[in-house]
Amino acid sequence: MTEHSLFGPLEDVAADAGHAEHPPRVGFFTDTSICIGCKACEVACKEWNLVPDDGFTLLGMSYDNTGNLGANTWRHVAFIEQELPLGRRPPPFEGTPTGPSGTGEVAEAVAAGLERVEHRGAELGTEPVEPRPAPVDLGMPSFELPGARTGAEGRQEFRWLMASDVCKHCTHAGCLDVCPTGALFRTEFGTVVVQQDICNGCGYCVSGCPYGVIDRREGDGRAWKCTLCYDRLHDGLEPACAKACPTNSIQFGPLDELREHAQQRVEQLHADGVPEARLYGEDPHDGVGGNGAFFLLLDEPEVYGLPPDPVVPTRDLPRIWRYAGAAALAFVTAAVSVFVEGRKR
Amino acid sequence: MTRRWRLRERASDAGARDRLAAVFTRVRRPGDAGRDRAAGDRHLRAVDGEEDGRQPGRLDRPRGERRGADGSREASMVPRADFRSYYGRPVLKTPVWKDDIAYYFFLGGLSAGSSMLAAGADLTGRPALRRGTRIASLGSLALGSFYLVHDLGRPERFHHMLRVAKPTSPMSVGTWILVGYGPGIGLAAASELMPRRLRATRLGRLLGALARPGNLASAALAPAVASYTAALLSQTAVPAWNEAHEELPFVFTASAAASAGGLGMIVAPLAEAGPARRLAAYGSVVELAASRRMEGRLGLVAEAFATGKAHRYLRLATGLTAAGGLGAMLLARHSRLAAAASGAALLAGSFYERLGILHAGVQSTEDPKYVVEPQRRRIEESGPTRVDG
Repeated sequence: MTEHSLFGPLEDVAADAGHAEHPPRVGFFTDTSICIGCKACEVACKEWNLVPDDGFTLLGMSYDNTGNLGANTWRHVAFIEQELPLGRRPPPFEGTPTGPSGTGEVAEAVAAGLERVEHRGAELGTEPVEPRPAPVDLGMPSFELPGARTGAEGRQEFRWLMASDVCKHCTHAGCLDVCPTGALFRTEFGTVVVQQDICNGCGYCVSGCPYGVIDRREGDGRAWKCTLCYDRLHDGLEPACAKACPTNSIQFGPLDELREHAQQRVEQLHADGVPEARLYGEDPHDGVGGNGAFFLLLDEPEVYGLPPDPVVPTRDLPRIWRYAGAAALAFVTAAVSVFVEGRKR
Repeated sequence: MTRRWRLRERASDAGARDRLAAVFTRVRRPGDAGRDRAAGDRHLRAVDGEEDGRQPGRLDRPRGERRGADGSREASMVPRADFRSYYGRPVLKTPVWKDDIAYYFFLGGLSAGSSMLAAGADLTGRPALRRGTRIASLGSLALGSFYLVHDLGRPERFHHMLRVAKPTSPMSVGTWILVGYGPGIGLAAASELMPRRLRATRLGRLLGALARPGNLASAALAPAVASYTAALLSQTAVPAWNEAHEELPFVFTASAAASAGGLGMIVAPLAEAGPARRLAAYGSVVELAASRRMEGRLGLVAEAFATGKAHRYLRLATGLTAAGGLGAMLLARHSRLAAAASGAALLAGSFYERLGILHAGVQSTEDPKYVVEPQRRRIEESGPTRVDG
């Protein structure tokens, strides 16, 4: 235990957890600017970790059919369609006419559909979002170039954001702090892992995570999340998702090297005319003491379903107990006084 | 980064306007006319570059009430959203705790308050109040523990809670508080339940002798039993629970006091129920005041308390607690029936209070606005959270 064991920057997270000698802290740097949305990471993760499927459904959200991270999805590729140019670069295929974007229409349909599903789509394997109103048959696909009929002047600026989300393996992990059984633990690599033979499914970690990552598996009753392939790390292998990533959007390595590399990448992107590039979760001084898995994003975090300024609930622990203590004291006072008054009468 | 995106102005976009209008009317059905038209209009504004301060390309939903092109007022199908999100999906996971956990909060609080009343009744010579509250205290603890274990994903592993003692986890702290609390009240209640013919046996005499120290030991831990559950809820990322951490323990202990007072009013004759009536009065007043302050102080997230199931339960709780508290203060001294009715109202009020707070938390995770908006405002006002050192 040190000054920043609960909150704030922590130099050596594994040592703080009691690992006297340990390898360097490892993590992921997910550079979403080169993600092509192939979902190889999702598949590799499922195959290596034997993660069950979460329903073969279509969510109607762009090309995203998993929706979010959860007990059965430890890597989740988000797809965002925007009517925006990518940086200051000219849009691809400038001369090619394209039809109007369906972006707004898709968002409308999804938003309306989410209103009608349980927990507004917080759970995986949600039934597909039914477009409202139902789509009509637009006839056979044509053999023309997309949008050829509409002409070049109708072309929309358009970009896709794709990002592979994962457990952040926080320096101050809300899930780990609240786990009452010791099932969640800090590994020698500085990552956060659930021991499945210990977890009794109390569900506290689910609400302790400020990112909404960990969840309890239906029919199993225990909490599951990314282990950063703890088994592979022991054998000197990189995690399955990083191994499978064809564009190196998911980079695995010692955290300090990744941070350095990410900084260079952001500067390079800024120089190349992508001023919206920014890092998310790399700062050891942030509300969770920095993430073990951090990201390069091309828009604000909430666009990707990430909280813009997450704080580990453990920060409030001393305050919370102070108020609880005051309430307990008031309770004692009241209970004693009702009998003291009774004596007088 | 506060960069704001603007669509490029287009000089010759009359064609685009018509085509976009076509897109948004293509899927129209009777009754949806206004809605589609409104959506189309919004996009046309974006194409024209007059997005009234909104960011084009935002994947959010129209604000508030929309007006159809024919001027008809139309109730919004989706709530207004002034923030950005991933297709309106929640950021946080919904708590996996079912209503079971609210039952436990209620029963645990009731047990704690009852054991304190029992200890006082024991020391001040009120045998009927003592007997009733001791038995009820053990009964509610037993039933509460059942719900607590029942809500686990793997109930057969409930004892894994006893592997570790973890100060950072209020649930672990609470487990050990319960371990310390249970045996004492168990002994006290057992001595009350012991058949008369066994009282003279060695076991009977031993139990009789242990009843008071056991009860006192439990009563000493009872305030912690009643308040730790509030700390447990507050130390989560759930906006409604986390932001309510100042008042939540007062709501919980006061609710425990009100319910235990109510129980005392039911089980004890009028002559002995004085302390129960006063505890009920204190409890109900503080519970109502603390919940009022809580819902007034919270900003946006107060909405989670004021909508849906949470709202219904909390409204019931307020009505029942107010009625029960008034009954305890004005009528319960004169009539056993009025005392029992007020007591029942207080018990029900405490029960619905816990259910309401549970559901407020659940609702605050189901809409990303409770996560994104306060955090975004924090960033705009004082920059992102930063800890030096």
